[in-house]
Amino acid sequence: MRMILPPLFNASARRLLPNRWDFVAFPLILCVIVLGSTGFHQTMAPLSTLKTQVISLDPASLPEYALRTILRMLAAMFASLVFTLVYGTLAAKSRRAEKVLVPILDILQSVPVLGYISFTVTFFIALFPGRVLGAEFAAIFAIFTSQAWNMTFSFYQSMRTVPRDLIEVSRGFQLTGWQRFWKLEVPFSMPGLIWNMMMSMSGGWFFVVASEAITVGNNTVTLPGIGSYLAQAIAERNLGAVGWVILTMTLVILAYDQFLFRPLVAWADKFRMEDTSSQNEPESWLLDLIRRTRLIQKMFQPLGTLLRTLARMPLKLPLPASGKPATPAMGRLADVLWAVLVILGTCSLAWRVVSYVAAGVSWHDVWQVLTLAFVTLLRVLLLIALASLVWVPLGVLIGLRPRLAEKIQPLAQFLAAFPANLLFPVFVIGIVHFHANPDIWLSPLIVLGTQWYILFNVIAGASAFPNDFREAAANFRIRGWQWWRKVMLPGIFPYYVTGAITASGGAWNASIVSEMVQWGDIKLKAHGLGAYIAETTAAGDFPRIILGIATMSLFVVLFNRLLWRPMYAYAENHLR
Amino acid sequence: MENIANSTILDARDVCCGFEKAQGELKVLDGVNLTLKEGEIVGLLGRSGSGKSTLLRIIAGLIPATDGEVNYCGRPVDGPVEGVAMVFQTFALFPWLTVLENVEAGLEALGVPAQARRERALKAIDLIGLDGFESAYPRELSGGMRQRVGFARALVVNPTLMLMDEPFSALDVLTAETLRTDLLDLWNEGGLPIKSILIVTHNIEEAVFMCDRILLLSSNPGRVISEVTVPFAHPRNRLDPAFRQFVDDIYAKMTRRPQADAQRKVGLELKSWLPQVSTNLIAGLIETVAAAPYNGRADMPEIAQQLHMEVDDLFPVAELLQHLGFAEMSEGDITLTYYGRQYSDFGTQERKQLFADCLLRGVPLASHIKQVLNERPKQRAPRDRFKQELEDYLSDEAAEETLDSVINWGRYGEIFSYDDQAEMFGLEDEA
Repeated sequence: MRMILPPLFNASARRLLPNRWDFVAFPLILCVIVLGSTGFHQTMAPLSTLKTQVISLDPASLPEYALRTILRMLAAMFASLVFTLVYGTLAAKSRRAEKVLVPILDILQSVPVLGYISFTVTFFIALFPGRVLGAEFAAIFAIFTSQAWNMTFSFYQSMRTVPRDLIEVSRGFQLTGWQRFWKLEVPFSMPGLIWNMMMSMSGGWFFVVASEAITVGNNTVTLPGIGSYLAQAIAERNLGAVGWVILTMTLVILAYDQFLFRPLVAWADKFRMEDTSSQNEPESWLLDLIRRTRLIQKMFQPLGTLLRTLARMPLKLPLPASGKPATPAMGRLADVLWAVLVILGTCSLAWRVVSYVAAGVSWHDVWQVLTLAFVTLLRVLLLIALASLVWVPLGVLIGLRPRLAEKIQPLAQFLAAFPANLLFPVFVIGIVHFHANPDIWLSPLIVLGTQWYILFNVIAGASAFPNDFREAAANFRIRGWQWWRKVMLPGIFPYYVTGAITASGGAWNASIVSEMVQWGDIKLKAHGLGAYIAETTAAGDFPRIILGIATMSLFVVLFNRLLWRPMYAYAENHLR
Repeated sequence: MENIANSTILDARDVCCGFEKAQGELKVLDGVNLTLKEGEIVGLLGRSGSGKSTLLRIIAGLIPATDGEVNYCGRPVDGPVEGVAMVFQTFALFPWLTVLENVEAGLEALGVPAQARRERALKAIDLIGLDGFESAYPRELSGGMRQRVGFARALVVNPTLMLMDEPFSALDVLTAETLRTDLLDLWNEGGLPIKSILIVTHNIEEAVFMCDRILLLSSNPGRVISEVTVPFAHPRNRLDPAFRQFVDDIYAKMTRRPQADAQRKVGLELKSWLPQVSTNLIAGLIETVAAAPYNGRADMPEIAQQLHMEVDDLFPVAELLQHLGFAEMSEGDITLTYYGRQYSDFGTQERKQLFADCLLRGVPLASHIKQVLNERPKQRAPRDRFKQELEDYLSDEAAEETLDSVINWGRYGEIFSYDDQAEMFGLEDEA
């Protein structure tokens, strides 16, 4: 994997956020999800139990399972891309839609991905009763929810920052909205979009593993794939099979990188806005190969021609006109009406859900969930702090040695992509063997996969640290603690924050699968909100699932607002 | 170039442009009239804030005028017009398209078939001297080559009118001159399909070098203050005394205006936009004018040339000196006042003191801030307070710029302190 500097995505998008709309967006989303899924749950109950497929632990069947997993990932990525283009465009082009869509997106990316599964599995299975298709959709949707939001944010932000002169050129050419979309806006947002696709994909492996084998109440979904192979291996306590699955996953991730992302990144390099050629242009042997062979080019030519013709069609996009209203007063009135409409809709939704939840949940439950949420919060904070203590100094030391960084960086990116849940069994065996306290020793699992984001962002920051500063520091004999405090840490801080945001987001998600783990019939459980959600999901206790997920979403949103966003703003304004 | 054909290509009448502010409309352009005839190159000369780029975009149909009308070839302009091509200061090339694709892009939008597209694009590339670079991406090219692509892209659609928005100002001196002469050669040989060129610039010499007619625009709001016809035949010689005299005259015209204005209203107002001029530039200009060979009085074109500054850079500094009472401008000359001479003689601390006095006297915003701070019990006031006050009159961007300028000067003169993290003005530096 190539080292790509993490653009501080969402920076200006975050500043654009109208914060008070979040109060609307938050209940709106949760309630829509809940009502949509439980509605089906109730109307179509009793559900026919899905026939579970038997997963064979024979390593020979792993290639087939791996293929199924890969296809699932691809399908989700395609869905995310379509969603991104539509949603991002709508948010960027319509002022009124933007007011609602952007906060919604912001909340959507705070809802724990594994939380969606609990709902959507029942929803999709109800949609296709008794067929595997429903379960497939549920898994794909789960992966989609882990991929789509940051891609959409990136696209929306790019749409909003297309340089004015380029817009003027395309208007001068009299391009229609459709033509401009493909000629200007999509190409312009390509680098950010592809970078976010890579990030999404790397996060997605974790969820594909988690979503292939899941039990919600009396629905047990087992889709042939790497994840269910692992679940089966855990159920049978087969350590050898766990080894095989780790090996397969490694190969799959490497293949994805070589065959999909490296060519994509190398190809997308031409869409950069910078005026100068990059010093080390991304390269891909596959892209070179395709560019050099005439046969493959010929094969793709009809497709290319078709796409180009499509992009050139003088269609007008059916978007709400962003033109000025007849009078300012009229415009303001319409704004107010729109706001009232949105708020009313949200309130009625919220009321229905609250009354549904209230039927199955007591105040005692609420109190219990809040306590558990604080335990998980403490766990996330402590572990992120611990991971930072380890990886920041190491990352700096690595980043300042370019040749070492070149070797370590791909490894860090690989580790970030590697689904840490594959390694959980190893930990469980250890904890059982030493009779360790699960409340303490299960904790590292929540940052097992996401700590690498801190490492590779810090490495990137240290590599980009201007040499002049280092020389100046050396010249003035700034050393030791002063060097860290005054020179290096401020220099890498913006990068660190980017990494830590990703890491903490991942940690919240991971808590759902890592606070309660199994090895055969041994069950280890730590106290925390994650375990609570996992338990209620397995029991199919919908009111409590909703309570758990809503609380976790609330915590993540507050955590982001109160901790990361101020840090991010500070880094943006003062340390760049 | 002598051309008998006199048919009007573009006609703009009473064009106004402005936007709504709390205290009425803020005008960028105020009643501008402009006519373009076949066969002429017309220059729009003005400083930043004169709305010259806005006028260009109104003519191109990219933004609507709030008042007045623009007719192109007898038809009113109400959107981007076919037959009008634009060249940008920033080149505005699509970085993901090659030179050839960039040039073809405009034709493609017109629906020209692929074969004809390729032929016409190659011809334009050939004409503008880009052959050999067809498959290069913009980032592989130097600035001069990129602007050639900009020209080729504009020319390939066979426009009647070419609009140029400071096309040479992002280039180095030598490259800019080469491009100018190349363009003029093509124009004079009749090798271009275009019938007329409108060029926006803040470089007086460039305007005199290229244009047949020059419109001088005032700033805030933009009005046409004068129109001059350049009598020289192409190719023009910059060193010709008549050429130099002509440039001097335009400088005089551009500096006379504030002087005439001074009769009516003296100096700056509280709501005036303040240019971002560093205190080092202020000191530098005073010192240069004070020193030999000028000894306190200098010819503006001469000093501009010596300091490698263009109108946009030099005028704001000179004008600020005038507002602060350090210098007087008249007829294209800048003369140091008593204070100006004193300033150049003083040491650092005395300079600061003198600057502070002049700032409080000459810039109402500075004294206003000081007064507000004095009145407050804690002697602190947030930036927002003044920003909102300014935004009643100025655009948001201009208000920010003005505040940044006054903060910079106030800090230098030590009349108030400013904490950027808290966005707070204060009287005493707490540090």
